[in-house]
Amino acid sequence: MYSLDFVRPASLAEAVTALQAEDALPLGGGQTLIPALRQRLAMPGRVVALAALPELVGLRVEGGEIRIRGATPHARVAAEAPLPALARLAGGIGDPAVRHRGTIGGSLANNDPAACWPAAVLGLGGVVRVRGLAGPREIAADAWFRGLFDTDLRAGEIVTEVRLPLPLAAAYVRFRQPASRFALAGVFVARFAGGRVRVAVTGASASGVYRWTEAEQLLASDFSPGALAPLCVSAEGMLADVQAPADYRAHLVKVIACRAVAEAASGRTACG
Amino acid sequence: MPKDFGIGASSKRREDVRFLTGAGRYTDDINLPGQAYAAILRSPVAHARINALDTSAARAAPGVLLVLTGADVEAVGGLPCGWLIHSRDGSPMKEPKHPILAHGKVRHVGDPVALVVAETYAQARDAAEMIEMDLAELPAVIDMRKALKDGAGDVHEDAPGNLCYDWTFGTPQEETDAAFASAAHVTTLELINNRLVANPMEPRAAIGDYARHSGEHTLYTTSQNPHVIRLLMGAFVLGIPEHKLRVVAPDVGGGFGTKIYHYAEEALVTLAAKQINRPVKWTSERAEAFISDAQGRDHVTKIELALDAEGKFLALRTDTLANMGAYLSTFASSIPTYLHGTLMAGNYLTPKITVNVRAVFTNTVPVDAYRGAGRPEATYQLERVIDQAARELGLDPIELRRKNFIPADRFPYATPVAVEYDTGNYAATMDKLVEISDRAGFEARKTESAKRGKLRGFGVASYIEACGLAPSRLAGQLGARAGLFESAQVRVNAAGGVVVWTGTHSHGQGHETTFAQVVADMLGLPEDQIEIVHGDTSKGSMGMGTYGSRSLSVGGSAIVNATKKVIEKARKIAAHLMEASAEDVAFENGQFTVKGTDRSVAFGEVALAAYVPHNYPLEELEPGLEEQAFYDPSNFTYPAGAYACEVEVDPDTGKVEVLGFWAADDFGNVVNPMIVEGQVQGGVAQGIGQALLESCVYDETGQLLTGTYMDYAMPRATDIPMIGVDHSCQTPCTHNPLGVKGCGEAGAIGSPPALVNAVLDALNAGGHKVAHVDMPLSPARVWAAMRDAAA
Repeated sequence: MYSLDFVRPASLAEAVTALQAEDALPLGGGQTLIPALRQRLAMPGRVVALAALPELVGLRVEGGEIRIRGATPHARVAAEAPLPALARLAGGIGDPAVRHRGTIGGSLANNDPAACWPAAVLGLGGVVRVRGLAGPREIAADAWFRGLFDTDLRAGEIVTEVRLPLPLAAAYVRFRQPASRFALAGVFVARFAGGRVRVAVTGASASGVYRWTEAEQLLASDFSPGALAPLCVSAEGMLADVQAPADYRAHLVKVIACRAVAEAASGRTACG
Repeated sequence: MPKDFGIGASSKRREDVRFLTGAGRYTDDINLPGQAYAAILRSPVAHARINALDTSAARAAPGVLLVLTGADVEAVGGLPCGWLIHSRDGSPMKEPKHPILAHGKVRHVGDPVALVVAETYAQARDAAEMIEMDLAELPAVIDMRKALKDGAGDVHEDAPGNLCYDWTFGTPQEETDAAFASAAHVTTLELINNRLVANPMEPRAAIGDYARHSGEHTLYTTSQNPHVIRLLMGAFVLGIPEHKLRVVAPDVGGGFGTKIYHYAEEALVTLAAKQINRPVKWTSERAEAFISDAQGRDHVTKIELALDAEGKFLALRTDTLANMGAYLSTFASSIPTYLHGTLMAGNYLTPKITVNVRAVFTNTVPVDAYRGAGRPEATYQLERVIDQAARELGLDPIELRRKNFIPADRFPYATPVAVEYDTGNYAATMDKLVEISDRAGFEARKTESAKRGKLRGFGVASYIEACGLAPSRLAGQLGARAGLFESAQVRVNAAGGVVVWTGTHSHGQGHETTFAQVVADMLGLPEDQIEIVHGDTSKGSMGMGTYGSRSLSVGGSAIVNATKKVIEKARKIAAHLMEASAEDVAFENGQFTVKGTDRSVAFGEVALAAYVPHNYPLEELEPGLEEQAFYDPSNFTYPAGAYACEVEVDPDTGKVEVLGFWAADDFGNVVNPMIVEGQVQGGVAQGIGQALLESCVYDETGQLLTGTYMDYAMPRATDIPMIGVDHSCQTPCTHNPLGVKGCGEAGAIGSPPALVNAVLDALNAGGHKVAHVDMPLSPARVWAAMRDAAA
């Protein structure tokens, strides 16, 4: 680690102010930033710790939405989320140490292409609330995720809350990458009133989390795994690495999507 | 009833108290007064000429005490290789210099380029980053098959064509080829034994210390064999006589082979400590370990098995490329040759065996022994080709093995590949395996899996290994440059406690418990009266360390012999005390008695008399009670057994779940059954890692693609099933006093082929005609194999 200034603000307002320094980075649960710092892959002059701010922690249901504050750790969501698919997703991230440190806001700001949270937020069509010096902003999930490690978050802004509409049924199924145990392919499926369906895929694409709109259309009229049978996922644009080539990930997307649909349709929640 | 004391008892591991309560003292826990810290600048590229190194900014950086580059250590000897292999044409292997800091060229990512010592580690690291490297990149030589082709470029100018040696062994090629020509059936497999990173929990560390008043150097290091480091570094690298060099290997958190070798960092901190007259500590980071710890395996093999019409093995021939990496590590040359070729007979009567191995230099981290070392590579290819032969011939794989086992009445058995197995009963371990794995119930379990849409498979593998390294005379004939005996000292204190020094080293194996059981049993004393001491060259005369499952069979034998000497001397003292003749004195349960009388004297009383020799035969006997023994075995030991694995494959994803693992081992006699069981389970866990998860992968430029745990898949607890272990089949070793064979590596040797055979059984039984899938059997690979088989 290079030497840096560690700032622990007493309030969100203080945190936003502290983040305005040119080489400042926000520190959520540190599950990505701390390893990067230790390996000297990041060299901010200042990190601003958010995890201890009470106004950034907690979740509640309000207005038909689950509202999860930005620095809420995964373990808390796993224990308290009223939507089983979300609780299981959060409870399947990393290991207990990771889940008690890592935060939903950190995951969404980082937008790792294999992370789980982006699939849930995109799959539910959530809204990300951020706050910067200019005040709060709300960004719809479809606009938030802009590609590999890229989001609509601007410098000096903090993810303060995520608002997720409650679906009629939802499921998240993840196939784990053997080394990192992140998603090699993870699919979040949600069905809303009126037959509207959203399907979000993480882990597979070289451009990060994405919506599988062809699947959404088919599932809107027939919410069953069989509805996906006509689809063939192209390997083009899929991630390829030492663990899996692109064609395998393309194959997995459909297999895992079918499993997610089956689970959501049955009302059963299986382990991801 | 199981014993609760001494040999045969599952005594609790006494060392675990300190390990589990954080009281262990590892190298990095040691901090000496005035200690400075070292960082190493490593090559970011696989192959380049060093045009220039500008160290001026680093030297001027805050806190910096010393900067060394290759030019500064040019006069220092290269890191030695301990085993000379000769090619088939009689020429010695190519042995290019392995400098402690790169000079002229860098040859792998991670090759040390400069040492920076500073007041703090952060300062040393900051300064190391300020060194400007002017490197002219050269084409990297990565793939072994390409490395041997014209125009590949040379890793070393003095090893043109990248060939280290071209070795042949066993039956003359023409004889074997003739057997193949007459065979009813030939099965051929081409396979890769995947490169592994050992990943001990404790990364390497080293502290150099120099005492001006005595001129003595002390090196604290994470080593499996401190005396060997003293010998290699003192005699070959730095020119420090052994009486001026002390090497301490305190608690070591796992070795698995990768801490056998003498590494550049050990020499660098030793050198630096003298130059700045302060202790210098270096501690590897995990990322550094991935590019500087010697790696394991990495063979590419073609194996052919010839069988007659009845399924009897007629002949075997193999052609292997073995990756040496960029330099020859300490034992690198011996692994694919004498620890691999000598095992190609396996448990079978194959009369003709020819083994060909070409060792290849590449621009990758050096490769050396990793748990099993050569023997897993031999076992894997043999047990894979046998399974494939059974499939091709429509035979039961267990029956095919039984048909070819060396029968129990054929021992000692001389193989066509130089070694002579002393004892064994391979059919017995296979029978035991079939029993403990409930092979009979497999079909029902398979049907149940099929109902859930899963493919269930059952695979077995037999194995044999040569351990207890080694008979020095034989090893010397085969090119070893060192002896491979072991030594022990047994010192009985005046008040009765016993201190046993062993030249082996415990880094997880539980020697402090096992060895104490042996001595306690022999002396009839409580185990807690026996202290086992190891890991410090100043405390014992000479030792060769721990590797090759040698500690109990060789080191334990030395302890037994030294303890016997103690008993014999004590018998004479006791005879004097009881006014009897020594021949009439018996020793049992810690008591000397005069046979046929009620006269007795306790061992403790004899010990006291030895140090307070008021009533003592001083004319015939020296005072004191302390003995030493050196033990050199007359043969290797040959643990053997059979392993079974049961898996379920998800045909939609290719994911393999290991449902069960069973090991039926013949380790000869067993001192501590609980520790033996743990050794086997740990070995199986590592074998599952190799077969299912782990793979060290370089891209074509020589960058390591699996340099963190995000990409290098280590097995987790959830990947390991319950492992059924049985060691009740015992054919004791005939040539060591304990009758033991060694158990440290068996699990890692027998398990990979059993697992791969199980997966192939599942696939083929499920209608996917797949002959082979290379390890690790990742979901993507298994899925692709099924897809390609369908096409």
